[in-house]
Amino acid sequence: MKDIKIKVNDLSLYYGEKKALNEITMDIPANKVTALIGPSGCGKSTFLRCINRMNDLMPSVSITGKMLVEGVDIYDRNVDVVNIRKKIGMVFQKSNPFPKSIYENVAYGPRINGIKDKTQLDEIVETSLRQAAIWDELKDRLDDSALGLSGGQQQRLCIGRTLAVSPDIILMDEPASALDPISTSKIEELIHQLKEQYTIIIVTHNMQQAARTSDHTAFFYMGELIEMGKTNSIFTKPVQKQTEDYITGRFG
Amino acid sequence: MNTQMPIKQTFTEESLKKQFRLSEFLAEKIISSVAFLSIAIIFLIFIFVFKESLPLFSFGSDAKAKTEINATTEAKPETYGAEPTEELKPESYGAEPTEELKPESYGDTPKEDLKPETYGSEPVSQEDLKPEAYGDTPKEDLTVASADETMDAVSENQEGADKTWSTFFTTEWVPVSENPRFGLLALLFGTLKVTIIAMLIAGPLAVLAALYTSCFASKRVKEIIKPIIEMLAAFPSVVIGFFALMVLATFFQDVFGYESRLNAFIGGVAMALAAIPIIYTISEDALAAVPKTYTEASLALGASKWQTAFFVVLPAATPGIFAALLLGVGRVFGETMIALMATGNAALSSLNPFESVRTFAATIGSEMAETVFGDTHYSVLFFIGSLLFIFSFALNAVAEFYVKGKLLKKFQGK
Repeated sequence: MKDIKIKVNDLSLYYGEKKALNEITMDIPANKVTALIGPSGCGKSTFLRCINRMNDLMPSVSITGKMLVEGVDIYDRNVDVVNIRKKIGMVFQKSNPFPKSIYENVAYGPRINGIKDKTQLDEIVETSLRQAAIWDELKDRLDDSALGLSGGQQQRLCIGRTLAVSPDIILMDEPASALDPISTSKIEELIHQLKEQYTIIIVTHNMQQAARTSDHTAFFYMGELIEMGKTNSIFTKPVQKQTEDYITGRFG
Repeated sequence: MNTQMPIKQTFTEESLKKQFRLSEFLAEKIISSVAFLSIAIIFLIFIFVFKESLPLFSFGSDAKAKTEINATTEAKPETYGAEPTEELKPESYGAEPTEELKPESYGDTPKEDLKPETYGSEPVSQEDLKPEAYGDTPKEDLTVASADETMDAVSENQEGADKTWSTFFTTEWVPVSENPRFGLLALLFGTLKVTIIAMLIAGPLAVLAALYTSCFASKRVKEIIKPIIEMLAAFPSVVIGFFALMVLATFFQDVFGYESRLNAFIGGVAMALAAIPIIYTISEDALAAVPKTYTEASLALGASKWQTAFFVVLPAATPGIFAALLLGVGRVFGETMIALMATGNAALSSLNPFESVRTFAATIGSEMAETVFGDTHYSVLFFIGSLLFIFSFALNAVAEFYVKGKLLKKFQGK
């Protein structure tokens, strides 16, 4: 229960001169869903991208502090960023399937990890898509282009693609923000099922979604972590005034 | 809140009436007419080029009309006056002239053995040889000319057209002789050979360079590399040809030690230099246009930069890269100056890349000024022009409708 998957210690992030994250310290429990909430520009997405070092792609970013995943500092010099990302998958706000067939989209991850055997790939594709609760919809059209799917299907395909490399942690950056209510509820259900096997961290603007899906919630504001705790307690009796204002919609 | 609206909103029939916007109408018409004009110009160019090669198609009755037109200009009788020599030809053609003739020029053994002999010394003496070829024969033609040859010309021209066609499918390009042979196959072969060599060099180099700049290079390196490669596109081809002629030819001959200094390979290398900037620029644009989200998704799956570049970015940019390669082929296919200067201009058809070749474009470029207006040779040159046109058109059409669809399916799913 009290398994800590990720331990963040005094993590600060700068875009050039500008400080975007200010000394974040938090523990993220294993096999739970942790929601990051906060107004736009508060740094929650930036923080999420720190966890699998996607911020490395931007040249002007510099990071101080420690991010310990299972005790290993992922910002250590000797850590290979590629291996980190294999362990920590990410689902993006806008569904971004590759312009390939559905099958190839899912098989891409295993393939770059050196799995060439066709039957093994088939198996991985099927289990991943089943886990993503989209296999029944897609099993007859695996050779079709992934771009022809609907937005909700694309997003679930992206989740399946992430699962195919069997990560430990899945980061979700507003995975349902561009989807209709039905697709959203499917994704939320999916998150619920996945948390048994994976540690999930989800960024969301949708308060209800955070309340529905997550076990823990962290509230970010202006690059700082204001409050973190069990979702229940955050939403019913927040400690900080800012959190309460934000949750009740009296903000900004 | 908004008590004062700047414009009164009324939905009367008056306010919703259709309006005629003159400036927009004009702009639209001008733009569309420019577009159509360019299509029309391309079409007209083809028509005019093709028109000049029409005499070749005048089998039988059409020949009469055409020779009459020719007869009106003074130069023609001379040209056709050369045809008394052609009286000999029917005889020789009855007995398959090309074979008979080859022994004279090349000996009776297969071509591959012969070429080294014949052309081995050629690169050096090439310039010396050509003047002979072009100097002698036309003179002879002119001397044999007689004034009232036109009627004969009519009858002979009919056969001439047929004859010309029959020589098209041989591999000898001897346009100026008593028995002219227009072996287009040799030229086609040479053109294809140079194009293939050039594209084999330019294609991978340019695409990989584009991939490097768009996926790996830092912003600063990119800002240096891109303009420099693009500057190469502004190089006049005569300069590249000169460079190939003087520097590349010597260098590669020292390295590989082949016999003829100017050959298909040198031409291919030089043309690759001309094609690389084009392919590079367009490929780079295509690669840069691949959405960042693909790259992110791939990296988030634990792919390395190389894997991302090769398995995600490159396939996603396939249509653009394909278009770039096509433009490169077009450039090489029609390239005249470099072909003229660097390929050796001997119409040989051997598979050895280090043999001289003669391309379509170089043939037109070098012979157009030497030929007589209205002559068969002249028509053949224009016919080659139309062929160039048709080939590149067909290539683009096939690529657009067939290959591209297949490639897309392969890389991007149905």
